[in-house]
Amino acid sequence: MAKIIVVTSGKGGVGKTTSSAAIGTGLALSGHKTVIVDFDIGLRNLDLIMGCERRVVYDFVNVINGEANLKQTLIKDKRVENLFILPASQTRDKDALTKEGVEKVLNELAKDFEFIICDSPAGIEAGAMMALYFADEAVVVTNPEVSSVRDSDRILGMLSSKSRRAERNEDAIKEHLLLTRYNPERVAKGEMLSVEDVQEILAIPLIGVIPESQAVLNASNSGQPVTLDQESDAGQAYLDTVSRLLGNHVDFRFLTVEKKGLLKRIFGG
Amino acid sequence: MSELLSEPFFELKGSLFPLSVIHSSDLSVAGLQAALQQKLDQAPGFFHQAAMVIQLTPDHQTVDFNALKQLFQQLKLVLVGVAGASTEQKQLAQAAGLAVLRLGQDSKPLAPAPGSSGEARVEQVPMHTKVVEQNIRSGQQIYAKGADLIVRGAVGAGAEVIADGNIHIYGTLRGKAIAGASGDSTKRIFCQNLQAELVSIAGHYWLSDSLQGDFWNKAACIRMQDDSIAIGEL
Ligand SMILES: Nc1ncnc2c1ncn2[C@@H]1O[C@H](COP(=O)(O)OP(=O)(O)O)[C@@H](O)[C@H]1O
Ligand SMILES: [Mg+2]
Repeated sequence: MAKIIVVTSGKGGVGKTTSSAAIGTGLALSGHKTVIVDFDIGLRNLDLIMGCERRVVYDFVNVINGEANLKQTLIKDKRVENLFILPASQTRDKDALTKEGVEKVLNELAKDFEFIICDSPAGIEAGAMMALYFADEAVVVTNPEVSSVRDSDRILGMLSSKSRRAERNEDAIKEHLLLTRYNPERVAKGEMLSVEDVQEILAIPLIGVIPESQAVLNASNSGQPVTLDQESDAGQAYLDTVSRLLGNHVDFRFLTVEKKGLLKRIFGG
Repeated sequence: MSELLSEPFFELKGSLFPLSVIHSSDLSVAGLQAALQQKLDQAPGFFHQAAMVIQLTPDHQTVDFNALKQLFQQLKLVLVGVAGASTEQKQLAQAAGLAVLRLGQDSKPLAPAPGSSGEARVEQVPMHTKVVEQNIRSGQQIYAKGADLIVRGAVGAGAEVIADGNIHIYGTLRGKAIAGASGDSTKRIFCQNLQAELVSIAGHYWLSDSLQGDFWNKAACIRMQDDSIAIGEL
């Protein structure tokens, strides 16, 4: 049975799209047939980060309106087997998504895919609600600062009250905390919240900690999900995260300030 | 799926809302103004645009409802209706555009305490207990009407728990906790870890700044002592 995972946060710019791309790619690399769905109608970022913006012909809204079928619309990744993108529309607004329409598309995807990753827009309005409504699991992307933690708390409230599982009184959405843009140096100086601080406040299990990394910026500039840069700290941290999502036990890395040794300086950290 | 998010809809549903009920022997504009102003001074923000109902008794002489409506407006309160109206009072209230309500059993006015005549009084209600099993997240609000409230998790920053009775929080209180919300100053707030944005008992409140001290980040009990909020060990 397909698993629907929403990548959400409340706050914008915390790394949802980066994480959707990285996690989706990681799942496909592990051999699981995966589709990443861009729910950020009107902004359309996912295709840029995945480097497939020039191959977008039809989009999510076209499928919902019956103007194109999924086969015509899904973009198959050229680098990774088993990986597909369902792009968002650039021209419509968020109201173009209806619950019936989204449900129909997700049901159809569920026949074919093991994982459906929903890249949520920011905010707590209709678009974000639509992205989380059908989810089985949620990756709550949080930066180690107060306003992001607050917004994540807000979204956790929505997950437990506004989702289909909540409305039907089914088992709750499985919640995972993903801390991104983590900077151990700034944490040590007290300029950022620590992993423990954030975990204490949000009180949900930690699935990953992604360091603040130049590799992410390089990756998005070149249209490569950072998971493909397996030398990089962020790439490795996302692969660890994917492995944990698949149920494996993996120790956390990149949590403390590392003294750069000679080898690190040569090979990059 | 039965409902489109984008589809307009119309629905008429009965609902219960918390309303403050005013019991006062003096319903003259001046009398009520003095009494209300005193309440408002205790808790400036708390009653802002709050919906209120006036409890009438046969003892009340002719009441000028239009003047009272204006008074409420001046005080940034909303007078929505009257309860316990006689036939004559009913007509006057309705002419002033007020709803005529009937209060349930538990809201029968108590006999006025000696010496309290002329003072606006908020009633005491028998307490039940409402238990919430999870964390209360930012943006969520829980109201235990006529009841104590037990939260078996944390109350997040930006979340609000309100009870007419006592509030017990077995996790960290980071948001707002408002006990004795209908005016009972014997109610208390208990929490495992105090990091609140605001605590309030019967309209008196302290903000986070005043809470920093011996009990910040610790288990604490908040209650009223000599007309002011006091914090002590749990
Ligand atoms: N771990 C990271 N290190 C450095 N920059 C990051 C990291 N994660 C995200 N970013 C940057 O933050 C910005 C916002 O990321 P994005 O994934 O688009 O956020 P969202 O989808 O939540 O709005 C982008 O410029 C992205 O490159
Ligand atoms: Mg995004």
